[in-house]
Amino acid sequence: MHGHSTFEPKNGVVKWLEARLPILSFMHGSFVAYPTPKNLNYWWTFGAILSFMLIAQIVTGVVLTMHYTPESTLAFGSVEKIMRDVNWGWMLRYAHSNGASMFFFAVYIHIFRGIYYGSYKAPREVLWILGVIIFLLMMATGFMGYVLPWGQMSFWGATVITNLFSAIPFVGDEITVWLWGGYSVDNPTLNRFFALHYLLPFIIVAVVGLHVWALHVCGQNNPDGVEIKDIAKDTVPFTPHATMKDSLGIVFFLLLYCWFIFYVPNYLGDADNYIPANPMKTPPHIVPEWYFLPFYAILRSIPDKLMGVIAMFAAIAVLAFLPWLDTSKVRSAKYRPIYKIFFWIFVVCAVGLGYLGAMPPEGGFVLASRILAVAYFAFFLIVLPLLGLFEKTKPVPASIADAVLAKHGSASSVAASAASAPQTKG
Amino acid sequence: MASATTVEPTRRDFLFIATGAVAAVGAAAVVWPLINQMSPDASTLALASTEVDIGAIPEGQIITIKWRGKPVFISHRTEKEIKEAEDVNIATLPDPQTDAARVQKPQWLIVIGVCTHLGCIPLGHQGEYGGWFCPCHGSVYDTSGRIRKGPAPRNLAVPQYTFLTDTKVKIG
Ligand code: HEM
Ligand code: FES
Repeated sequence: MHGHSTFEPKNGVVKWLEARLPILSFMHGSFVAYPTPKNLNYWWTFGAILSFMLIAQIVTGVVLTMHYTPESTLAFGSVEKIMRDVNWGWMLRYAHSNGASMFFFAVYIHIFRGIYYGSYKAPREVLWILGVIIFLLMMATGFMGYVLPWGQMSFWGATVITNLFSAIPFVGDEITVWLWGGYSVDNPTLNRFFALHYLLPFIIVAVVGLHVWALHVCGQNNPDGVEIKDIAKDTVPFTPHATMKDSLGIVFFLLLYCWFIFYVPNYLGDADNYIPANPMKTPPHIVPEWYFLPFYAILRSIPDKLMGVIAMFAAIAVLAFLPWLDTSKVRSAKYRPIYKIFFWIFVVCAVGLGYLGAMPPEGGFVLASRILAVAYFAFFLIVLPLLGLFEKTKPVPASIADAVLAKHGSASSVAASAASAPQTKG
Repeated sequence: MASATTVEPTRRDFLFIATGAVAAVGAAAVVWPLINQMSPDASTLALASTEVDIGAIPEGQIITIKWRGKPVFISHRTEKEIKEAEDVNIATLPDPQTDAARVQKPQWLIVIGVCTHLGCIPLGHQGEYGGWFCPCHGSVYDTSGRIRKGPAPRNLAVPQYTFLTDTKVKIG
């Protein structure tokens, strides 16, 4: 998708810069002239929403650091000071803590979008894997950030999660002591988590750069899952079309984000995190942040420690293999009637696991999480490979222009100038 | 004998490999401090032992003390608790160990109060074996601190300790 830039500088300074570092034509080619499929819907605005959230987290994070103290006896107090004394501190902290939730909410939609429309299929495998890496880095960043206020959930969440590594055979205990820098989660742990919490978002920025680069090499997928054939007929320039649509998406997303910040800032948090960390007392019910719950449920559904940990990491790792597990030639669920049903069952399973992760590990909840955990893996390891072989798919439109005309044909005046006539009216 | 013209290794080949080997050792020597700095530092290691006066603990009570940043349970066991711990057929245990192997004096059980599953602190005198119950993911320990049910793989660990007098123990 390169080389569509119509950038021809007239200004002398711009020409001078272009001859030395062609950054302006690069930006123009990537975000102005860049051809975007005509048929993109609002699920495609989540990439821009995610970029916005990443910047929001970095900006609020940097200013919080100006008031936060990463020391185990002072951290909790410094966060309370941010809440009570620092000018606008309450707003910045609520923006950062709810920002993490909104960031994950957006990334889950973005991932489900990719699964529904088959965006991981050739030639977008590397693009997809880079996305899985970003997701992992986000989880590490979110986890370490949650430790920083040094409340009860911070401390015990950190204890439970770092103890996952003690399940590694033979060297597990040594690795855990190394991670802690002591014999339990303590000040050294808080210090290193703070250093990494500051660092990782910038690594995410770098991987997002690669992700967008890979995207601009292959071009965007689209709701019909057919490749761009004719730039003039199938696409519109990024600016103003995608820029405006993305901006509108961000505005609606901001409404939701602001509602959380200003009306229910603690709804997604845990009240126990307003109690200072106490290494001598475990809270009666430990729950991670909501965005980890489905994976936490998988961990707890298995009665064996090592197997539980393996299953939890496998639940994330399996995403990276999606391009090869899905054997169907057709990308979009729009033309895969059976896949579409399984997709929604999968969504229900994933959300159901999230619910179960917050419930106490007793009786019926344990059984239910076992069933859903099996269903989760079955979707990837059984349903996807087999569906490609047995599913009877619907006919796929020949081009994006055809798909658009099939839907809006009679109402659209461009239809007359289009090469192929619409066959059905959607 | 189809092809095979074996070329003698030259001086240049030797120098190439030797240089590479030295560079690899050099890189490892730089990486090691970067990794090892994360291990417990000298001051953390120095806090390695604690002395506790156990004279005031009545029979049937468990106290929790802090050692290396972790809780240690000192349980003054009753006759009944000792008997329950000793009467178990150890072949039925997930992590088989006799009670005698876990105590120095039967009335004093001293264990690290960290669940061997994922590190929560179990609650004393709870669970169906009258020992400990871990609220995090439901592991159940008996009056000898042995795992009986739930996801934890091992018994509660026994720290190193010595009785300095009848009422004083040194842990660590
Ligand atoms: C990927 C982006 C990021 C995510 C997902 C994230 C997530 C989080 C979370 C969940 C918390 C705990 C909030 C609470 O409950 O109080 C937190 C705290 C914190 N974060 Fe971040 N963060 C990100 C980026 C950053 C950056 C770039 C910085 C610094 C440059 C930063 C600095 C801080 C500080 C100082 C705190 C402690 C203050 C507090 O608890 O509110 N964060 N972060
Ligand atoms: S930490 Fe005790 S059961 Fe999981």
